[in-house]
Amino acid sequence: MTNTLSLEDRFQQRIDNEEKIEAKDWMPDGYRKTLIRQISQHAHSEIVGMLPEGNWITRAPSLKRKLALLAKVQDEAGHGLYLYSAAETLGAGRDELLHQLHTGKAKYSSIFNYPTLTWADIGAVGWLVDGAAIMNQVALCRASYGPYARAMVRICKEESFHQRQGYDILLTMMKGTDAQKKMVQDAVNRWWWPSLMMFGPSDIDSPNSAESMKWKIKRLSNDELRQRFVDMSVPQAEILGVTFPDPELKYNEVTGHYQFGVIDWEEFWRVVNGNGPCNEERLAARVQAHEEGAWVRDAALAYAEKQKQRNSSQVA
Amino acid sequence: MQDWPLFEVFIRSKNGLSHKHVGSLHAADAHMAMQNARDVYTRRNEGVSIWVVEARHITASDPEDKDALFEPASDKIYRHPTFYDLPDALKHM
Ligand SMILES: [Fe+2]
Ligand SMILES: [Fe+2]
Repeated sequence: MTNTLSLEDRFQQRIDNEEKIEAKDWMPDGYRKTLIRQISQHAHSEIVGMLPEGNWITRAPSLKRKLALLAKVQDEAGHGLYLYSAAETLGAGRDELLHQLHTGKAKYSSIFNYPTLTWADIGAVGWLVDGAAIMNQVALCRASYGPYARAMVRICKEESFHQRQGYDILLTMMKGTDAQKKMVQDAVNRWWWPSLMMFGPSDIDSPNSAESMKWKIKRLSNDELRQRFVDMSVPQAEILGVTFPDPELKYNEVTGHYQFGVIDWEEFWRVVNGNGPCNEERLAARVQAHEEGAWVRDAALAYAEKQKQRNSSQVA
Repeated sequence: MQDWPLFEVFIRSKNGLSHKHVGSLHAADAHMAMQNARDVYTRRNEGVSIWVVEARHITASDPEDKDALFEPASDKIYRHPTFYDLPDALKHM
């Protein structure tokens, strides 16, 4: 009987049975394309995500904070590499992926187009931005594509330190002077809404979601993840002693969830489409780093080639 | 630019265990692959030993051949100790 099933049907059956799909397995073109887009966007986000925080490494207030921030930013580079590798198992070339990023053809998470103005921003980014990323990534540890799910597991293991070090920065500042407390509240005010936007458009405006859910390369909907994030964050804000800039945020006894105000989707699309506060700056920094590193990549290849020749002439 | 070759990375997580595949990376040569593997895959004591091998040197079985390769083993239940029904009184066997 199973012979009469089409390749697509058999593929879907494997997905429905929670089997993992591996690199050399048959898969529909759409599955492959959607995955390459999703994984590479995710990789680009990790790489571009280093920029807003990297800008504070030299200005961290103590050696301890500097070490932690350096380690976090290094982790993000690693996350980008795990994910690029996962995308490559699907037949995408590293060079091509980077080219798409550098020419603005590929997207990355819009959150990184906001500036990090004060040291409290580094705390708020760790707490809220990494927190939102974790919410998303934990769900993806069960994605149907094996190499992607395994990369996600590694990433999640490393992320919890990111969120905790961010929260710890804010907690310390909240024990400080009035100016420091104000700085924390200001950073939280600026990062709250963009963090909620990280989960993407509302389910009704997210047409490709149904297919991704069917293929299990997305396990929970944008709105579900966003709600979980809000429910998790409100008590954390209370412990910290800050508020979120949303007069409509309140606990709903009936649903058991915190309800929140309407997201400014106009702002969301404006930033996605390239007109956020730092889009140009981020892309320019990335392109510059890539171009200025070209001679290192070329030199390493030339050196490897020379070593190979030297070794083979010794053998001969 | 020409892409650096792809290397697969294997790590022995602790003494006494086998190396296990953890992922891949690009490097100009094996020496650099080793250094990068250390930075990318063992930032938190994940290993005590690393192998890197250029991906093109690996021959992998084809998923299409799965049945031909692995099916013959599934009906040979006599290869397992539980196949043999022996008296309860029998010890150390
Ligand atoms: Fe990350
Ligand atoms: Fe992170």
